[in-house]
Amino acid sequence: MNQVLPPNPNPNILDLSGVGRQFGALVAVAGIDLHIKRQERRAMLGSNGAGKTTLFNLMTGDIPVSQGTIHFKGADVTVLKPQDRVRRGLRRTYQISQLFGLLSVRENVYLAARGIAGNRFSLIRTQAKDALMQEAENCISAVHLDDAIETEVGNLSHGQQRQLEIAMALVGKPELILFDEPAAGLSPTERRDLVRLLKGLPQEIGFIIIEHDMDVALQVADLVSVMHDGRIFKEGTPDEIENDDAVQALYLGDGHG
Amino acid sequence: MGKYIVLAALLLAYPTFVGDFFTFQIGAYALLLGTVALSLQVLGGYGGMVSLSQLTVAGIAGYTVAILGDNTTNVMGLGWPWWCVVTAAIAIAAIAASLIGAISVRTEGIYTIMITLAIAVSFFYFVRQNYPVFNGFTGLAGVEPPRFGALYLRDPAPFYYLSLAIAAVFFWAVRYERHATFGLALQAIRDNPRRMAALGYNVPLHRVAAHALAGVIAGTAGVALVWFNGRISPGTVGVDVAIDILIIAVIGGMRHPIGPFIGALVFVLLENFAIDLIDRERFNTVIGLCFLAIVFLSPDGLLGLFDKARQAVRADTPKPQEPRKHPDKLHHNR
Repeated sequence: MNQVLPPNPNPNILDLSGVGRQFGALVAVAGIDLHIKRQERRAMLGSNGAGKTTLFNLMTGDIPVSQGTIHFKGADVTVLKPQDRVRRGLRRTYQISQLFGLLSVRENVYLAARGIAGNRFSLIRTQAKDALMQEAENCISAVHLDDAIETEVGNLSHGQQRQLEIAMALVGKPELILFDEPAAGLSPTERRDLVRLLKGLPQEIGFIIIEHDMDVALQVADLVSVMHDGRIFKEGTPDEIENDDAVQALYLGDGHG
Repeated sequence: MGKYIVLAALLLAYPTFVGDFFTFQIGAYALLLGTVALSLQVLGGYGGMVSLSQLTVAGIAGYTVAILGDNTTNVMGLGWPWWCVVTAAIAIAAIAASLIGAISVRTEGIYTIMITLAIAVSFFYFVRQNYPVFNGFTGLAGVEPPRFGALYLRDPAPFYYLSLAIAAVFFWAVRYERHATFGLALQAIRDNPRRMAALGYNVPLHRVAAHALAGVIAGTAGVALVWFNGRISPGTVGVDVAIDILIIAVIGGMRHPIGPFIGALVFVLLENFAIDLIDRERFNTVIGLCFLAIVFLSPDGLLGLFDKARQAVRADTPKPQEPRKHPDKLHHNR
């Protein structure tokens, strides 16, 4: 049993090399190199149009890259479809909630779990004691939606829909989650709850979070990358970024203008 | 559950209260048309794919019965045993439905309707112009259901119970499937196909599978319909009839599998009796106005009207209790 494992040659979970994307003449992402370690929690800052969400779409495969390569857990996933990346442990949430409005909270999360687990064409009814249903319920508990578990998703509040988005990203043992502005449109109380929720995620789950709210981003991240005009403009710890004059100028100066 | 037992008892007892005409021409026919419309409810209501080719799928099953089984037209009529014919007809309908699905699932909304309409139109012209197999304009006549001793399936009561069994099985199956993994995924694909793809689902394949299952439903009804009519011709699978199926599903309501059957009953009654209300020249106007009124009053069809009425009754009931201001009663109402 005392098998000596070879040292992991690549401690990174996600490696982007020279990743770029153009839409016609518009350069949305311009040759980015980004390396995320396992279990790392990274925040992406940047003004509107800096290319953050496009970068997420490239990572998940929702949009193909124009150039560069993406490695997930050491394997080249550059041309893999989104669903294949999902099955390897890469999840995302969406800036605008992408939910199934006429189904219940439980059914939404169950479908997210089933998508990864296989047997997606089963004609058999789901049972409450199914392992996947249990897992779905656990994820719903983790985001404190237990009371709304049977509610039709279209009837949830905006804040609850954001929580549900996170629950759907938590199913099936993800290793890296991409959070696209999870705090967008939340009240200050809901933001505090969100920060607590993100900080309380199991340690083995790493994440990248796009966030306009500096307070949220700097509280939950180990490292911060600031994007500007499709490039990584600065990288550092939350303290370094908070006290960086250039970043301050970008954020308080033309960035929000 | 209680209401379904009452409904089942009523439907089972129905032929003992009415004559042959109401058993066969109204009861059985409404159940079969309702089953074809049920296949559209699965695709449209749960899958978000409004298909105009469900009658075509039923017609393919019907023609298969006439071709592989017996007919009196001296065209084809291979005389296979009835159970082979029925199995083959339903299987061919399911395959045809899958092919239609494969062609149409990458489209959305109005384009799905256009593609499936084009398929329905081309099938109509194909069978009308093909004489060696489909006997062209005349079609194939003298198609008989199987006999089991003294039991002749086209007698009104036996045929009514056969139609009821087909309708009940598929009604139950669709109701069950709504909460099964496949059905949940289908509804989720209707709500947000891109997200479902991102979650690891093969959206086009899922939609094709839905077409295949709907094809089994429409195909089975198609087999019974060719026994009902005793013949099949291009007129049976014409565009006007294909649109009738859509009308039935829409006036009944697409949210619940009971909708198509309610719609079919109303449709069949109007089709048979509108002519008594007004002179021969104008009865189609009456039918059209009735449908217009239903859709105008409730976008969810008769089901939606029913829900509205129920909500209105619920909203009314607590009112008489209010003047009493009994604290317990008020609590109960919350």
